Amino acid sequence: MSEVHLELTDVGIEFPTPKGPFRALEKVDLKIKQGEFISLIGHSGCGKSTVLNIVAGLYEATEGGVLLDGREVNEPGPERAVVFQNHSLLPWLTAYENVELAVDQVFKRSKTASEKKEWIEHNLKLVHMDHAMHKRPDEISGGMKQRVGIARALAMQPKIMLMDEPFGALDALTRAHLQDSLMEIQKELNNTVIMITHDVDEAVLLSDRIVMMTNGPAASIGEILSVDLPQPRDRLALADDPTYNHYRSEVLRFLYEKQRKVNH
Amino acid sequence: MNPLKWSLVEPFYKLLIGEDRKGQINNITKMIGLPIAGLVVFLLIWQGASSNIHTSLGQFPGPVQTYEQFISLQEEAEASALKEEKFYERQAERNAQRVEKDPGYVPTIRDYTGPPTFFEQIGRSLVTVMSGFFLASIIAIPIGIVIGLSANAYAAVNPLIQIFKPVSPLAWLPLVTMVVSAVYVTDDPAFDKAFLNSMFTVLLCCLWPTIINTAAGVATVTQDLKNVSQVLRLSWWTHVRKIVLPCSIPMMFTGLRISLGIAWMVLIAAEMLAQNPGLGKFVWDEFQNGSSNSLGRIMVAVIMIGIVGFILDRGMLILQKAVSWDKSVTLR
Ligand SMILES: Nc1ncnc2c1ncn2[C@@H]1O[C@H](COP(=O)(O)OP(=O)(O)OP(=O)(O)O)[C@@H](O)[C@H]1O
Ligand SMILES: [Mg+2]
Repeated sequence: MSEVHLELTDVGIEFPTPKGPFRALEKVDLKIKQGEFISLIGHSGCGKSTVLNIVAGLYEATEGGVLLDGREVNEPGPERAVVFQNHSLLPWLTAYENVELAVDQVFKRSKTASEKKEWIEHNLKLVHMDHAMHKRPDEISGGMKQRVGIARALAMQPKIMLMDEPFGALDALTRAHLQDSLMEIQKELNNTVIMITHDVDEAVLLSDRIVMMTNGPAASIGEILSVDLPQPRDRLALADDPTYNHYRSEVLRFLYEKQRKVNH
Repeated sequence: MNPLKWSLVEPFYKLLIGEDRKGQINNITKMIGLPIAGLVVFLLIWQGASSNIHTSLGQFPGPVQTYEQFISLQEEAEASALKEEKFYERQAERNAQRVEKDPGYVPTIRDYTGPPTFFEQIGRSLVTVMSGFFLASIIAIPIGIVIGLSANAYAAVNPLIQIFKPVSPLAWLPLVTMVVSAVYVTDDPAFDKAFLNSMFTVLLCCLWPTIINTAAGVATVTQDLKNVSQVLRLSWWTHVRKIVLPCSIPMMFTGLRISLGIAWMVLIAAEMLAQNPGLGKFVWDEFQNGSSNSLGRIMVAVIMIGIVGFILDRGMLILQKAVSWDKSVTLR
């Protein structure tokens, strides 16, 4: 029963372009278990965001399909919450109000007003944003905006969190803080997460499995690497850990060598 | 809103507490000194030029004659107010006498019907322009939102907008007049026909900037925000209310400001032709009147039209600033 939670079967997509159809993905096959943390890694433009958008329901696959708990995905919905690359907060609303918009929509009737308020504050606390709840996006830093974006996604109580380079635009220190927060939250809530990243360390540190994609056009899954490092993971302790470094070099080798061979 | 931070007040305040004296004096010169210098130069040129222009109605009014006419208009308004007061006093007296003689008599109160004073005309103009502008906004904003949301609706409506936008109010007015007299037939008209004619002409001319700018504002909703809305499965109405409207408000207000400016300009012309009480009719009547004071009075009206237009625009600007969420954009 606890086996397959999300299943992508032979997913392919073709975008219509002025110069004829462009095939972005072909035969993407992936099975994900409840509570798994999956990283998608691959060269720029290979189709990572496209995979994520198909799972989110924002794009429709041309071939194949996505099943979530046995049910077909064909439109966006809050049970597949998305953390967008550039936070996508509504700039005229405060952090609290941004989360509120999601909570009001998802728990329209199932929570009372005071329960909603508590739930919003709880989620902002999870990402350590309770001190700046009533500030607007232009009054907080990039890292804080990303935290609010995560809080908004968590507040939807999604079955799956989809994160598109959530920490891509942040400095190394802020990124490390947010990664720690994310690991903490994931341990507590046991969410299923698919995260796109360009950062090899981030992928190894956070993931249960790393999905490495081949270059486009017609990109597919090249290799899947299971990361068998004990939880909780400590970035400083792992820095000298030979297993950790082994995984790291596996990913790097895929990105630099195997890709080059495919290309030639 | 700290009054000490207002741009007109701040330099004086800082001068008082002795902060950067030299800079403040500089600021004050720039803010008050230069506009005053510009005004003085303008008045001198005006005086010099007007004394050389001789019209069939006498010399073109300079600043002094214009000011005199302004004072005389004020006196007329005061006299008229006095007359009105007297009228009501006499009426009350008369009614009281009749009721005394015949206790069953129910007095009828008649309204004072003197000619409107200059300042009442300003009031009438403002009422007309705001009615036309308000109605136009109620029509234009929803249209702007709909065509902003749908590329197909935009393609269908845009050519019409582009064609009607440059049409002069003077071309609309005869049509509006005929339609109003054909359609608006009641025995007890709540509105004067001349008022309706000017108002609808104003309405027709100030629809377009609001429609265009609202649609452009709606187009500033990014794909990211649309994705958020889709993931949350917001209904169409919630999407418009929570995302599209706030996003388009800055552009919408830019359009509303342009519309109000056009409305005010159009109104003066419409009042002249439609003979609707207001500043435009005042100018026209004075022109027809052709006394030696007329040009001076028209000059007063011209300046008043400018000042009222300026105040209307500032009012919209203040409103725009109050409702704009993006405080980083400087509005001017
Ligand atoms: N809506 C679309 N229409 C046409 N082509 C598209 C569309 N979306 C993506 N593509 C194309 O599909 C390919 C994959 O794009 P995608 O955005 O998924 O890449 P990515 O791996 O996320 O890249 P990056 O790491 O730079 O974000 C690209 O070649 C892109 O040009
Ligand atoms: Mg991408």
